[in-house]
Amino acid sequence: MAEAILEVRDLVKHYPLTQGILFKKQVGAVKAVDGVSFDLAAGETLGIVGESGCGKSTVAKMLVNLERPTAGQIKYKGEDITTMSGRALKAVRRNIQMVFQDPYTSLNPRMTVGDIIGEPYEIHPEVAPKGDRRRKVQDLLDVVGLNPEYINRYPHQFSGGQRQRIGIARGLALRPEVIVADEPVSALDVSVQAQVVNLLDRLQSEFSLSYVFIAHDLSIVRHISDRVGVMYLGRVVEIGRDEEIYDHPTHPYTQALLSAVPLPDPSAREHRERIILTGDVPSPANPPSGCTFRTRCWKAQERCAQEVPLLAVPAEFRLAEGPAHHPSACHFAEEKRVVPTETG
Amino acid sequence: MLLEVRDLQVEFKTRDGVAKAVNGVNYSVEAGETLAVLGESGSGKSVTAQAVMGILDMPPGRIAGGEILFQGRDLLKLKEDERRKIRGSEMAMIFQDALSSLNPVLSVGEQLSEMFTVHRGMSRKDGKAKAVELMDRVRIPAAKERVGQYPHQFSGGMRQRIMIAMAMALEPSLIIADEPTTALDVTVQAQVMDLLAELQRELNMGLILITHDLGVVADVADKIAAMYAGRIVEQAPVHEIYKAPAHPYTKGLLESIPRLDQKGQELYAIKGLPPNLMHIPPGCAFNPRCPMAQDICRSEVPPLFDVAPDRQSACFFWKETLDG
Repeated sequence: MAEAILEVRDLVKHYPLTQGILFKKQVGAVKAVDGVSFDLAAGETLGIVGESGCGKSTVAKMLVNLERPTAGQIKYKGEDITTMSGRALKAVRRNIQMVFQDPYTSLNPRMTVGDIIGEPYEIHPEVAPKGDRRRKVQDLLDVVGLNPEYINRYPHQFSGGQRQRIGIARGLALRPEVIVADEPVSALDVSVQAQVVNLLDRLQSEFSLSYVFIAHDLSIVRHISDRVGVMYLGRVVEIGRDEEIYDHPTHPYTQALLSAVPLPDPSAREHRERIILTGDVPSPANPPSGCTFRTRCWKAQERCAQEVPLLAVPAEFRLAEGPAHHPSACHFAEEKRVVPTETG
Repeated sequence: MLLEVRDLQVEFKTRDGVAKAVNGVNYSVEAGETLAVLGESGSGKSVTAQAVMGILDMPPGRIAGGEILFQGRDLLKLKEDERRKIRGSEMAMIFQDALSSLNPVLSVGEQLSEMFTVHRGMSRKDGKAKAVELMDRVRIPAAKERVGQYPHQFSGGMRQRIMIAMAMALEPSLIIADEPTTALDVTVQAQVMDLLAELQRELNMGLILITHDLGVVADVADKIAAMYAGRIVEQAPVHEIYKAPAHPYTKGLLESIPRLDQKGQELYAIKGLPPNLMHIPPGCAFNPRCPMAQDICRSEVPPLFDVAPDRQSACFFWKETLDG
């Protein structure tokens, strides 16, 4: 694997739950992220999937330093950014930028598009001298497929897809190396999603970007990602190359998640096996002991309640070469193909 | 025929002019059948459903023409109090956002039993017993204990089940579900769709499923009506449309789904944006985005051509689309 540009180790974010007004007493914590580790190689796209409340957006916020982790490290080119402050932090932040989910609320309605995209230059004036900014912003508009003459328009004059392009242009303004995209297409119309996915793909090769692509749409994640991590209740339960996760999942949660995705193929209706999970995701304020998935898992046994399964290549696949050889946090990991092979 | 919508037209008066949300929609549903109405935001799929249910805000909305035949009766000719009797007992609706569709200051038990006390004249006690029964039926654990709880005490999936329970309460013959699982997580979505399909089979109801998700459609629908800019552009049995679409818009939608063998390649994308309903392009509304558009598409509105006995496409070049 190419050199890792980001190394995330045992990342934890707990939000304290307090009681009392004057003398706040901590009575517990919402364990939003509870020990997440992964690497992001230069030029790579890492997809992170999971359901709401699994902590994927909190991870994103910590990667761009919008949230300070409770514990753990995020190393950017070998340096831990979680302990940085002042000038050093500012320099690192320039290189890790974010694209947000909702293009309607993430753009200031009172600023023109030019001001929105150019604002990063106010914070990092060394990137573009004042006289040069307008031209740079117009270049960016052109890069993301918008008319450079729109520079003086306001966000409400654009459609959802166009706004997301503006958000992407703003993310690109400082020429970052890493872009963290949190559900960048889920608020868009179906016919527009493909346009934005293509744009992100093109920009990646044009500017040699590394992406952390967070989404819940598994087919789009598969299309864009080199590797995929599956999160459940604050932890990564399985991670691997896209075909390892999609075609050879070994964690029961991944299998259930994949089997639950409706396939756009009516003939698959008859011959596919669906794993319908019972119940809901437990509260992260009070997660189950041991394996957090055990309350919904059909394989759960005594051991799962007592021992937290570690994210590692399961023993039964450790010696074998092949696609099942990838980290999976399950005591009873077992390969199971749930998505029928596509024909035609 | 359970429900037949004929040439329905709905418009909205706005400050900037008249927005034509629905421009001559025809579709029909039979008992036990699932019709998926597919479309993007602004395609008119929800407005059509609201007109059928009779819950359209008028004004600003206005039904400019057409008929809605429900079990042979034209609903648009009925008085409001007659429609109210039908609504809830004969046809019911499930909305996307259960949290905002349920009343936050009434317990779910009260909301469910209201169906029976208002429509069936039951006593409060009997109504409550019925509510527990319904919650059991949509598999809410510990229904008896939870019947007095409020909507915020339930998870998203359970709230949607309560919505389903409410819609099913009086065993209507038609259910309209407007994006019933869009707000839910994938694993919960599967549970809810399963439940809906099971109850539909049991009660032999007609189901109109409004969605933008091609995966959900393929999973549950018998036939599809794809809408674009207030018109149906293609109508077909579900297997046929996925095998060979006969309209460039549905074809584009299907092709833009990421497929395994295309990984690393550019996704097919329909160019441009859906039109503004105040300024729908002349001719075929899809023509500015269509790769096959010719002069005729810019001047004439394409009628629905019969592709097969149970299949229509509103494209002058449906043959070419089907073959190509």
